[in-house]
This record gives sequence, structure tokens and C-alpha cells, in this order.
Amino acid sequence: MREKILMLIERNAKLTAKEAAVLLGEDEEKVAAEIKKMEEENIICGYHTMINWNLMPEEKADAIIEVKVAPQRGVGFDRIAERIWQYPEVEGIYLMSGSFDFAIFLQGKSMREVAMFVAEKLSTLDSILSTSTQFVLKKYKDHGVVMAKNEKDERISIS
Amino acid sequence: MRNPLSKTIESIPPSGIRKFFDVVNEIEGAVSLGVGEPDFDTPWHVRDEGIYSLEKGRTFYTSNSGLKELREEICRFVKRKYDCDYTVSETLVTVGGSEAIDIAFRAMLDAGDEVIIPEPCYVSYKPCAVLAGGIPVVIDLKEENRFRLTREELLSAITERTKILLLSFPNNPTGAIMEREDLEAIAEVCREKDIFVVSDEIYSELTYGKEPHVSIASLPGMKERTVVINGFSKAFAMTGWRLGYALGPENVIKQMTKIHQFAIMCAPTTSQLAAVEALKNGDEDIKVMRESYDQRRKYLLNAFEDMGLPCFEPEGAFYMFPSIKRFNMSSDEFAERLLKAEKLAVVPGTAFGDSGEGFLRISYAYSIDSLKEAMGRLERFINTLS
Repeated sequence: MREKILMLIERNAKLTAKEAAVLLGEDEEKVAAEIKKMEEENIICGYHTMINWNLMPEEKADAIIEVKVAPQRGVGFDRIAERIWQYPEVEGIYLMSGSFDFAIFLQGKSMREVAMFVAEKLSTLDSILSTSTQFVLKKYKDHGVVMAKNEKDERISIS
Repeated sequence: MRNPLSKTIESIPPSGIRKFFDVVNEIEGAVSLGVGEPDFDTPWHVRDEGIYSLEKGRTFYTSNSGLKELREEICRFVKRKYDCDYTVSETLVTVGGSEAIDIAFRAMLDAGDEVIIPEPCYVSYKPCAVLAGGIPVVIDLKEENRFRLTREELLSAITERTKILLLSFPNNPTGAIMEREDLEAIAEVCREKDIFVVSDEIYSELTYGKEPHVSIASLPGMKERTVVINGFSKAFAMTGWRLGYALGPENVIKQMTKIHQFAIMCAPTTSQLAAVEALKNGDEDIKVMRESYDQRRKYLLNAFEDMGLPCFEPEGAFYMFPSIKRFNMSSDEFAERLLKAEKLAVVPGTAFGDSGEGFLRISYAYSIDSLKEAMGRLERFINTLS
């Protein structure tokens, strides 16, 4: 049941426990209890709203920073990651395989702000060997959702 | 000037769906629960295969009966899914299931032969039977039987002239299915009375019970007297590709192919090549879509219950068939008043036969959000009635 609930609310966090229960043909209380448990176990770690900031007048700059680091004895990458994620500008941080170690997702008010953050905060951390900043020009699809696509039903209305 | 039209075609009334479509089209901004096709796009890998075939210039006719590779895949598909044994020479690729219905009747009927058609049902069977010179004999299916055909109903409709029994399960518009035992009782009568079956199983992949769809052709002694009609529209969300198929005894398929050859030549090549991909790698797509339909079905059943609209639980296709008998008005009147008051379009049950009186066909080939909006409108309307 857990997987089914997660599949449903992953795409629509607004579904109430009652609605999810109806869709799954399950008991409402059971579904509500399961969601609560998954929140406690941190399987569900939050509820986000998908926003297409491109359509808002406020400027935002998104960037992906590829970072190479020197892992520390005993604590490996985790300790450095923890230092990095403390910054509110950091939207996400993944440990990667391949030619660099961390992929860091940054969001700032402007490209300059992001660049300054990398130069002043990120690069100066002890274990960081190098950074490479890539700015996002346009988001086409995010979290499985095609951004800014006006879904219009093209089917004939009665058939 | 003489009348250019044939008396036969003039005798056939226009489709009830079409009639209501014209009504809906005049209302601007109407929300519709009237469609008879999936809301999903054709899975991308299938579309991609179609595009690739165009890039490679594979734009020629195929053999009349369809690409051999496609027919082989169809045979594998129906073996895997419904345990039906067919060979490529018993398989014909058509332009949608609709063409297959037409040419099956034309290949099998002589003037005056009777075709038993259980209603409510899709709108094309009766006209196609008439155009082929047949005489439709309607059985009115009953809600208390969950809109399944019973042995007794069938027996009471059979005459000396009965040639074909038309079956369409899972059913449009009721969502009814026929399970193995139901079909066994019908098959026994067909064997005893020497009647052929044309079985339109276009919704066969969309059933929501524990048991998968059963094809009447898989029952003992039935393959030789059955033409199975199926296609890609519903299972793979491929309505616009216009691709279906017929499976049947070689002598029937051979004659159907003759008509198909003269009228159509062959089904569209692009669609055939895309369909090969759908059959080879599309099982997961079907599963995902089926689960989604099932959720919406449950959602509507619950919504109907909450607003006091009685509805038997449909087990197949993507339609609900709620009863509006307690409101003391005809299906037509209910649908038109609902459209005017709330701008919500549903199809009156009578579009699918007289026995659809007192019912509405509500399609759930829509997103949950659209269904939510529509149920709000329906409930508001019902509250103004009681």
C-alpha cells in the first residue's frame, strides 16, 4: 500500500487522505495512518509546490555547480556535504559518480549573486578542490512535470 | 431529378452520439464527460517508432491483410493475454475495429439474415448489419443482470433466420463485462443452435476485476464460429492511428480481406509499424493506464454514492452508467438540462439503444481534477432537482 500511496501523492501532494483512499479502494483511516507513519519515518520529507518561476516577473538564477572535494578521513564526503547544505542558497546537493563529486543546485536572485556565493562561500571551504558553475537557461521539465505547457484537451467533446 | 440516395441509407437514423455532439457544440465552455477515447497520449516509444518509419521512408502499401510482422505480433499478444490460438492467415489488420465490424457483417450476412444485438451498445452495429442486408434483432439488457447477456435472453431472441450474435464486452456504454461462466452459457447455445459470434473486444485490456478478460473464442468449439474484433485504440491510446484487427476462421478472414482489399487496400503503414512496437514493448504502458482508469472509476463510484446517484459497479472499459430513473425525466431531458444549467456534457443512455433510457453514460477518460470539477457540477444540478 505504501508504494501506491507514494505514487499517488508524488504527483499530487494536494490529495487528501480521504481522496487517496477512494482512489486506491482502501480505508481512509488506514491511508491517513500510513501517511503519518511515512512522515515520521522521513520517507515523506515534505510537500512542495511546483512553480514555474519563468512566468513570474521576479528574476531568479538557477545554477548547477560541479564540485571536486578532498574527502576527509573517517567521515568521507558526508561531513563536507553537511557543511554545504547549511547554506540556504543551496537547493540541493547530490553525491555523484564520475568526474566530479558533488552536484550542487543553487538558486539566487541573479547570476551575479550565485557567482559571488560560489566564489566567496563555496570555493573557500577547506576541502573544496575546484568548482565549475553552469547556469540554467530554461527549465523544460522538472520533477516529471513539463513546465509551462498549456494542456488543452484536443479530443472531440462527444464520441 | 431522381433521388440520388439509397433507400437503405435513408432508413438508417444518424448516430445518437453525433446528435448530442451537435447539441454540446453550441454551448461555449462546456465541460465534457462525453468522450469515448483515452486521455493519454500514445506512449512515446510507440510514437517514436512511427516517426522513425517515416524518416526511413517506409511509406508504401503493405500486403492487404497487413504486415506479416504485425500479424505475428497480434497472434502472440492474444495467445499471451487470452490464450487464443491464431495464425497469421487467420488475422486481418483493419482501419480500426470499426472497419472490422463492417466487413465481418458484409462477409457473413445474406439478405434477411438476423443479427442479434444486445443493447445498450456502441452505435455502429445496427447500421452496419442493415447495410450488409441483415436484420438487427435487439435484446434489451437489464441492470439487474449487471447488463450481462443471459442464456434465457439469447434463447428467446433466436429464430430460424438467426445467423450472428454480436457481443461487445467489456461494454460501451455500460462498462459491463462477461465472465467465463457467463460466456460458457452463451457459447453452449451458439454451438447448439449453430450461430456465429462477432465479438467486439476492443476494451479487453481495460478490466478491473481479479480475473483478466476472457475471449469467447478461447472456449471449446468457439474459435471456428467466432470473429474476434480488437484493436489498438483503447489498449494503447492510439485512436487517431486508426488501427484494428479481426481474428477468425480462415475462410471468413479470406472473404473479409477481399472486401478490405477493394474498399481500403491496406491499413496505414505508419500505424502498422508503430503498432508492432506497441505489442512488443507496451505491456507496462497498458498496466499504468489501467491502474489510472481504475482509480478514476473508484473515484466516480464514490462520488455517485455521496450524491445519491445509483450506479452498478462497472468492471470494464472507461464508462459509468448511472441510473437517473428517480428524477422522473428522460435521459435526453436530463442531459440537456444538465448541459444548460451546469455546462456539463454527458451522453444520454438512449444514444446506445432504447434500453439506455433512464441512464447516462459518463466517461472517466479524464484527469481526477477534471472529474472533481465535473462531479461538483453534477451534484449542484442534482440538488436543484430534489
